[in-house]
Amino acid sequence: MPATDAASASAGPTAKREQHPEREQGPEREQTAPDPSDEMASGLDALDAPADTRAKAVSRRVLGKAGPPLLAVGLVLALWQLAHTLNWSSTLPAPGQVWADLAAAQADGTLLPAVGQSLLRCVIGFGAAAAIGIPLGLLLTRLTLLRTVLGPILSAIQSLPAAGLVPVAVIALGNSEGAVYAVVLLGSVPSIAVAVVSGIDQVPPLLLRAGKSMGATGLRGAAHVLVPAALPSFVAALRQGWTFGWRALMTAELITATPLPGIGRILAEGKESDSMSLVLAAVLLILAVGVLVESALFGPLERRVLRQRGLTGARL
Amino acid sequence: MTTELAAPAAASASAASSHPDRHASRSTSGAAAAQAGPYAVRLDRVSKAFGPPGARQLVLDDIRLEAAPGEFVCLLGASGCGKSTMLNLVAGLDQPSSGKVTVPHGRPALMFQDHALFPWLSAGRNVELALKFGGVPRNERRERAQELLKLVRLPDAHAKRVHELSGGMRQRVALARALAQGSEVLLMDEPFAALDAITRDLLHEELTRVWTAAKESGGRQGSGGGPLTVLFVTHNVREAVRLGQRVVLLSSRPGRVAREWDVELPYPRRIEDSGVTELAREITGHLHEEIVRHARH
Repeated sequence: MPATDAASASAGPTAKREQHPEREQGPEREQTAPDPSDEMASGLDALDAPADTRAKAVSRRVLGKAGPPLLAVGLVLALWQLAHTLNWSSTLPAPGQVWADLAAAQADGTLLPAVGQSLLRCVIGFGAAAAIGIPLGLLLTRLTLLRTVLGPILSAIQSLPAAGLVPVAVIALGNSEGAVYAVVLLGSVPSIAVAVVSGIDQVPPLLLRAGKSMGATGLRGAAHVLVPAALPSFVAALRQGWTFGWRALMTAELITATPLPGIGRILAEGKESDSMSLVLAAVLLILAVGVLVESALFGPLERRVLRQRGLTGARL
Repeated sequence: MTTELAAPAAASASAASSHPDRHASRSTSGAAAAQAGPYAVRLDRVSKAFGPPGARQLVLDDIRLEAAPGEFVCLLGASGCGKSTMLNLVAGLDQPSSGKVTVPHGRPALMFQDHALFPWLSAGRNVELALKFGGVPRNERRERAQELLKLVRLPDAHAKRVHELSGGMRQRVALARALAQGSEVLLMDEPFAALDAITRDLLHEELTRVWTAAKESGGRQGSGGGPLTVLFVTHNVREAVRLGQRVVLLSSRPGRVAREWDVELPYPRRIEDSGVTELAREITGHLHEEIVRHARH
């Protein structure tokens, strides 16, 4: 902002001042004085260029970003405590009780391995889903026949709740890691593929035409024009794929009796022992992981991609 | 229909003699004609129709047009004259239904009304990408891109993002990118139509300067080829007269070459020059005739 302002403030008067001596100099002006149309151009540029409004104090930016969510968490905790104190619901445990359950799980060494196990499964499952979903989506945009056949099927699977798939996976693959991964993939791959297709569809045709006229065709065109142009929607596709995968994983872990427990198992144990505080503890864990991955990975990635293109996306 | 269309010999000879009966408001043997001989662009009896069989719509009808190397030709017409279709054919993005389009010196560079710069790259990188596709080795690209940006008077724009530039600056970067392709033919599809009048005037000046410079040096900065031939599509009569050595008026639906004018006014011209105004008035008269002809249909 300061740079642009200074430029436009100084360029205007300077251009005016120098026009007069130029005229008087006559034949010599070509060597000595600046070209008048050059001056015109730079004056116009300074006036026309959009002002940069990005610069803001770091402390204010951190406060502006972290403040509202922290406030919301505080508000929820306060309401929760209030509800417990006033005994609005007989089944509602105190926040402290839930915290104690989490601490106990940490103390007997089951908490971190469970979180780690769930995260590991989600990362592997998501990675595989991205590795399948993105090429699949790209392929669908290239092959019309494949798209007409597979498109509706993918949309249908996408609308299927993961809970409907778990029994199928368990009967087919047993109470194994394989069943869990199958559910995650079926939750994640269609959503990524469908989002990639719609992302490619939304690339402005003019950019493709410009690329084509420059000689960017085939693989070169895809690498230098198509994929970068669709990158924002790819990021959105991955983000959605992660969310779908994470939800599907929790469902799978809740229902499937895998040898290694995840967060979903804590949820199941809470339900079996009729402990509301343990169930709530698991729910909070699931939420926390979701929010953390979102705000630490996908949020910044998406903002970066959008800002690079001069688009300011919704801040989540 | 005017008599020009009935000249069968038109397409065969050189640029100078191909239009013996054109309604030249100035003389027919202009500067462009002096360079005649080989052509940079040639459309020989080109027709183009769109749509399914049975309901085909003729967009271009029997177009014969030649541009000599280094010539600046403005294609002028109202909506529906097939200007953009014509440029697509010359650019090789589309094929004619009949006739032949010849561009001897490879793929022409193309510039649009929208800058069409890639928003994920900086201004300089946009130019460098064009250089890359043009086969310029990696270690020369940066320097060449800087030269080209300097040529369009944006020496400090290399690191700028597209959205940080004004409309006029974006079009100048787009011009630099088009020049970076090293083509000898530059096709411009109403490149300044979306700009405000002040900026457009400035860019007219820039374009004339770049084109003249390419002519005088025998090749463009950033490439080593021949002179720069420009096909400039517009529906702005004054713009056409101000820029072009030749103005070709197209009739609409289907697009046909209606008339041509050699513009003998010396460069650099200004939009307010009396010569420009005078010829623009004459051409506007003919353009209106073409449009009114459709009203009677």
